[in-house]
Amino acid sequence: MGMGLHDSQVSNPVLRWIDQRLPVITMIQKEYGVFPTPRNFNYFWNFGALAMINLMIMIATGIFLAMNYTPHTAYAFDSVERIMRDVHFGWLIRYVHMNGASMFFVVVYVHIWRGLYYGSYKAPRELLWMLGVVIFLLMMATAFMGYVLPWGQMSFWGATVITNLFSAIPVVGPTIVTYLWGGFSVDNPTLNRFFSLHYLLPFVIVGVVFLHVAALHITGSNNPLGIEPKGPQDTLPFHPYYTIKDSVGIVVYLAVFAALVFFAPNYLGHADNYIPANPLVTPAHIVPEWYFLPFYAILRAVPDKLGGVVLMGGAIIVLFFLPWLDTSKVRSMRFRPITRIIFLLWTVNFFVLTWVGGKPAEQPYVLISQICTMFYFVYFLVVLPMMGRFEVVMKLPESISRAVLGAKASLGGGPIPGTAAAKPMEKA
Amino acid sequence: MADSVASHTTTGSTPGVTKRDFLQLTTTAFAAVGVGAIAWPFIGSLAPSKDVLALASTEVDISPIAVGQSVTVMWRGKPVFVRHRTAEEIAAARAVPLSELKDPAPDQSRIRRDPWLVVVGVCTHLGCVPLGQKSTDAKGDYNGWFCPCHGSHYDTSARIRKGPAPTNLEVPDYSFMSDRSIRIG
Repeated sequence: MGMGLHDSQVSNPVLRWIDQRLPVITMIQKEYGVFPTPRNFNYFWNFGALAMINLMIMIATGIFLAMNYTPHTAYAFDSVERIMRDVHFGWLIRYVHMNGASMFFVVVYVHIWRGLYYGSYKAPRELLWMLGVVIFLLMMATAFMGYVLPWGQMSFWGATVITNLFSAIPVVGPTIVTYLWGGFSVDNPTLNRFFSLHYLLPFVIVGVVFLHVAALHITGSNNPLGIEPKGPQDTLPFHPYYTIKDSVGIVVYLAVFAALVFFAPNYLGHADNYIPANPLVTPAHIVPEWYFLPFYAILRAVPDKLGGVVLMGGAIIVLFFLPWLDTSKVRSMRFRPITRIIFLLWTVNFFVLTWVGGKPAEQPYVLISQICTMFYFVYFLVVLPMMGRFEVVMKLPESISRAVLGAKASLGGGPIPGTAAAKPMEKA
Repeated sequence: MADSVASHTTTGSTPGVTKRDFLQLTTTAFAAVGVGAIAWPFIGSLAPSKDVLALASTEVDISPIAVGQSVTVMWRGKPVFVRHRTAEEIAAARAVPLSELKDPAPDQSRIRRDPWLVVVGVCTHLGCVPLGQKSTDAKGDYNGWFCPCHGSHYDTSARIRKGPAPTNLEVPDYSFMSDRSIRIG
């Protein structure tokens, strides 16, 4: 050894030569092989891996779509139709990309919900959580700009409505909008820059995901009990236990994804987007994609332009402050009987916001959206800060192994990773 | 515990081969098929698309081309030379013994109907367009075409005679629709 080389444990001589100079194999083994992971994960802990897979699918399909797409108002719509009709498997690649966006939001919403329910945002994982919120914001921007690219009616009018949100900013708003557009309406310069950014942002997401995972590997994962592992009896090596558990989830996820792509590829889209963009005619019923509906409902709940924009932005910005808004020392809702009920109601409330966001802006929908918006914020700004002080929480388990194995834990009966008993299972 | 694991994983017939080896092989095989199935549409999408293939044939009206004249037409994005050869050019092409040729082919095998010669105007060396279509162009040492990029000389049957090009100019698939027109592709 010596000579500043890394002390590699890899047995294959070629791989060891590489690993001594660039210890990526050691790193993968440490972070994904033996990485100590709480032994009590449920299937909600699949969704981070699923989001990673989904991001890779989006980038792969996106790169191939870009090979056939023309970012020009005169050709964009036709180039997408050409992908659908003339390019071999173009229909498949586009439908995977299109529905992949929806799958991505499903997966990420469940992932965020998991964090909210089990208190994954609390110390010491605050920064990990905030990086996640950054990823969510980047995803929203990327999805929005991607939806503009086919240059259909919904693309055009969605772009018009969303960019006009910035005009609500006092004094400089209209100037900002002009700079977003590169002109005086959504037009070719807008399409060009949206294409450029739609290609760039996924790679920015990859970068932030790397930081998100790096931060995760410092603090370690949270778990359904919300208590920290106290030793090797509370954890399992990531491989093979969670690579296998993630694989099961991936199979289910891919089955749902495939069902959507092959049997209902346009179910989540809007028929109007198969009409070429027309700057002179606005579609009768204009709604964003389903994954933006809750926030769209919050936007429309307020009868004031600036107020609506501020609340909609605030609905996400509030997540950045969540680690400090929730004052309870207990992470998992399993041990918070009252907050748990309120949070489950908040979840229903989120679905109602999604539903009402897709309805026309008229009564009773406006009233419903106002009530739901109120509840959305009250949960974060009133319920969580207060409950930390007043809620009587249930007794936390002594340890993860104790909770999982019951009396057996004290008998020392469970397989402990790294011991002789576990070795034969880890062969190969 | 160790004993029970061993009896589960070692099969009776072949010593040293475990159930785990079998599972690993089948899993790897499945994964390989899966990767192939995923790669298939991506690689397939790189092939010429249907609209590109639909533009794959070109019709040429050859009636205005005078004796000794050449025209260049576009076919699949490439130039195609259509030459109305003179009797001398044809005679010169047929007088050459095959043994002198780098890529031996009799002139008759390179035409469909006299006096027309139709070849793809892309040098077989590195893809430049040879000179020789215009009366003012350099036609090379063999009075056919001359590629200015790396100095390949083609004769009046567009066969390589001198220079780095390995083969004769390619004869595309074409047919005479009538005495006045041909369809390439």
